[in-house]
Amino acid sequence: MRSKKNNIFYGIDWVLVLFYFVLVFIGWINIYSATITEDQLGLINLSSEYGKQIIWIGLSIPLIIFIFMFEAKFYEKYASILYLISLTSLAGLFILGKNINGATSWYNFGIFSLQPSEFAKAATALAMAKLVSDKQFNLKKFNTQVQALLILFFPAILITLQPDPGSALVYTAFIFVLYREGLPAYHITISFIAILLFIITLTFGYINTLIGSFLAFLLILLFFNFYRKKAFKKGWLKIIGVYLVSALFIFSVDFVFNHVFEQRHRDRFNILLGKTSDIKSIGYNTDQSVTTIASGGLFGKGFLEGERTQGDFVPEQQTDYIFTTIGEEWGFIGSSLVIILFVLFLLRIIQIAERQKSKFSRVYGYSIAAIFFTHVTINIGMVIGMLPTIGIPLPFFSYGGSALWGFTVLLFIFIRLDANRTYEW
Amino acid sequence: MKRPGLLSFLIIFIGIAYIIRLFYLQVIDNSYNIPTLNNSAVKITYDYPERGYIYDRNGILLVANQLSYDIMIIPREVKPLDTVEFCSLLKITKEDFIKKYTKAVHYSTRIPSTFVQQLSKNDFAFLQEKMHKFRGFYIQKRSLRQYPIKSAPNVLGYISEVNERMIEKNPYYQLGELIGTAGVEKTYEDDLRGTKGVKYIQRNRFNKEIGPYKNGIYDTLAIPGNDISLTIDTKLQQYGEALMANKRGGIVAIEPSSGEILALVSTPTYDPNLMVGRERSKNFTKLYLDSISKPLFDRGLQAQYPPGSPFKIFTALAALQEKAIDTHTSVKCFGGYKYGSGKNAFMKCHCGTYGSPVELNKAIYRSCNSYFANAYKRIIEKHATPYEGMNAWNKHAESFGLGNYLNNDLSVGKKGLIPDGDYYNRYYPNGRWRASTTISNSIGQGEVLTTPIQLANLTATVANRGFYFTPHIVKKIKGKEIDKKYTVPNYTTIDKKYFEPVIEGLFDVFENPKGTASWSRVKGIEICGKTGTAENPHGQDHSIFIAFAPKDNPKIAIAVFVENGYWGSRWAGPIATLMIEKYLNGETSRPWEEERMLNGSLQDEYDKQLKEITEIEE
Ligand SMILES: [Zn+2]
Repeated sequence: MRSKKNNIFYGIDWVLVLFYFVLVFIGWINIYSATITEDQLGLINLSSEYGKQIIWIGLSIPLIIFIFMFEAKFYEKYASILYLISLTSLAGLFILGKNINGATSWYNFGIFSLQPSEFAKAATALAMAKLVSDKQFNLKKFNTQVQALLILFFPAILITLQPDPGSALVYTAFIFVLYREGLPAYHITISFIAILLFIITLTFGYINTLIGSFLAFLLILLFFNFYRKKAFKKGWLKIIGVYLVSALFIFSVDFVFNHVFEQRHRDRFNILLGKTSDIKSIGYNTDQSVTTIASGGLFGKGFLEGERTQGDFVPEQQTDYIFTTIGEEWGFIGSSLVIILFVLFLLRIIQIAERQKSKFSRVYGYSIAAIFFTHVTINIGMVIGMLPTIGIPLPFFSYGGSALWGFTVLLFIFIRLDANRTYEW
Repeated sequence: MKRPGLLSFLIIFIGIAYIIRLFYLQVIDNSYNIPTLNNSAVKITYDYPERGYIYDRNGILLVANQLSYDIMIIPREVKPLDTVEFCSLLKITKEDFIKKYTKAVHYSTRIPSTFVQQLSKNDFAFLQEKMHKFRGFYIQKRSLRQYPIKSAPNVLGYISEVNERMIEKNPYYQLGELIGTAGVEKTYEDDLRGTKGVKYIQRNRFNKEIGPYKNGIYDTLAIPGNDISLTIDTKLQQYGEALMANKRGGIVAIEPSSGEILALVSTPTYDPNLMVGRERSKNFTKLYLDSISKPLFDRGLQAQYPPGSPFKIFTALAALQEKAIDTHTSVKCFGGYKYGSGKNAFMKCHCGTYGSPVELNKAIYRSCNSYFANAYKRIIEKHATPYEGMNAWNKHAESFGLGNYLNNDLSVGKKGLIPDGDYYNRYYPNGRWRASTTISNSIGQGEVLTTPIQLANLTATVANRGFYFTPHIVKKIKGKEIDKKYTVPNYTTIDKKYFEPVIEGLFDVFENPKGTASWSRVKGIEICGKTGTAENPHGQDHSIFIAFAPKDNPKIAIAVFVENGYWGSRWAGPIATLMIEKYLNGETSRPWEEERMLNGSLQDEYDKQLKEITEIEE
């Protein structure tokens, strides 16, 4: 047993590892296609973006081994410390960070830069797992709910201030984890209603929404009055209270949208909601990406044959818009295959998470499933024109070392935890 | 649903939703497969067809084409270049270069836009050999307008570069392309223009052109524009322009039996060739800013004035139809007409009949104000209230196409004004107005306003004895019938039988020795007409004349309007009759009269006004 335990690869889930390498490989192929230029064709140039990505991918193997070298216990024991280090690195950006494209999200180390927000996800997932696995933990209690919320709040607010609201949005993924671990259902219901009201307010204006929601609540009141007289006597005050809160929410959505958001944020939402159709300027990215994907057809144009990819006019194609290359060059067959791969990958994580005996491992696994899910959903949703333009990477596909390493850390800590599932802690 | 299942459910749900969306985008929806301008891998080139020629009614070529060469730019393909040499080849300054370049970049870095327009043939020949040095620039061949005959610029109009507002309205056009913006060029833009051909050329990833995109299935051939024949008689048009030289005003001549406009003169005129070539915008600005003689203002279509005496024709017809008078109704005129009890309620008359009874015929050829004021008053008072009377009168006038746009194929027009009961109710809210309040309408003064083309149409309607064809400028479009609305007669509310006595009166304007135009009689042509003077509170009165001929089976109806031309018989009358002679006989029998008109100038009159204006401004 001892010798087995000393073998750092003992007990790891090779299916997940295989998924990882397959996804990374497909991702690199497409980065290559999106960034290769005329004069470099046939060469491997390590200073180009696809070349750098090879280095990052290569370096991820020592990183994985490094992750495996620690006992699973280590991650549970030092979760809080890793979380604090991560928060410190985020806060440190405001002093030492390097401003790239208007956001101070990077530490510059000369030959390479690191983006701490990509690693903060893993630290937050560890901290959350630690909190939830505590024996005192009860999500029905208000105190606990606040604690859980605070764990998410700190990294999210630090990232928002960089400002990188897209990356901060990923922390909403934890709502699935908390729900899984017993958060009352009405939290999710309220979130859902809030999102609905948010969209309706932006689409139809706050006055219409106020009137509309008032009528809806009136209908509910009438319904209770006629059919459930008993419930009505107790419930009508509550319903009025809910309406007042909703009204306040609608007002603040309008206020935030018109007075806090910058025009570029508003534009992004307006395009998505179909209120603006200026495809030449604001909606350019989305229009280009959708057109590019659509031009792929059923079978795609083939590797390096995507004329729009090669024409280099989907902006940031190798990072946030990498999926367009898949869509154009590999067609419906290729792009739906990638989606299926992601679905299977995520289901595998959940399956493994559910089989954990340790609550810590389960919560962590569930957290990373939710994080990957959020990334994939938002990124592909944006690229195929179903969600607003929110710049977050597609896991394993998008160009960039920090993102790749961040996702690698996220996944392989879980594989390490899982490898220990049969042992007592 | 059990709690652990929610996330798995969502993963599968989103996966399926996205695959469905991808299936829709990539397999079902074909709209994305058509190359768009944003697609840099596909280069779009246009093949501009030749714009249609314009001929007159007798096949004389009025508008043709000449080749022109534009320098186009695709900013993203521009490589560093020798700007000094380039600028000197194009004859522009470095500042121009920077300005034009910035503008093109602002429009689009991918889509071609015009860099320098309309090079001369020499510049082109010179530049063509050196063009390969300037990457991102190329020469686009285009055809430009050319006018073999320097005539009728107001009719022909001109083409100019589309602006961004037009592009928004009509996506057919791209920045730098040309569109008809005035005259026939504007109203028949779609026919003249044809349809540009589009070629999609596939480039490989290194920007090299490798042949037609998708084997050319989206390519279209250019469809040439259609030639158009106008209703204009060029000889008559040019003659009219010559007669109107150094005089401001308009002539509209119509063929009554078809509504075809034979001549549409507006002076001062200009050489249509000024609106072509690189000097175009400079010339245009000069013409446009000339607020004194307003050469771009089509006086035949846009000048609204009180019509004066020719309007009496209508008063007579309306009164006959309303049975307010008959041909034997007589009025005694003592130098004017007292229409109310007040001291000032008196309309002067210079008919010179001094109390002898005036019947309809004499009233017309002597142009007696008293007679028509009386007839007008009777029309209004035949009805229960002045309001109803006014409306009845208005209905008749509108049936002649007065007080509204003629709804034809001319690019500009004015409504004029024919008041109705509501109009006066607005001015006299207490309703205290009567026939006598509005009596000036009877003689074409007061509130009534008409344009020369409306007057010409009124004349044509009388010539036709009760109907008119909507006046129009295009006779034939190659391969296309002209609009049916021009071949359907519009009937007035006046019965045919009432026209004959009025026409007799108009005939006697020339034939009776005491007629107001008896000295303008033309041997061998039976002309019917009416002189007029439009009072001008700002200066010398305007001279007006309407006429048609021959009396039976009329071939031409004409309205002439000369600004500050004193009175009708002084300028407008001779010009109208000379035009009629020219059209019917080909030459005049009164060379001395022709000479007087060709050389006559009202420039002194206009200079005097200009002086007054500047003095006031000072
Ligand atoms: Zn009289």
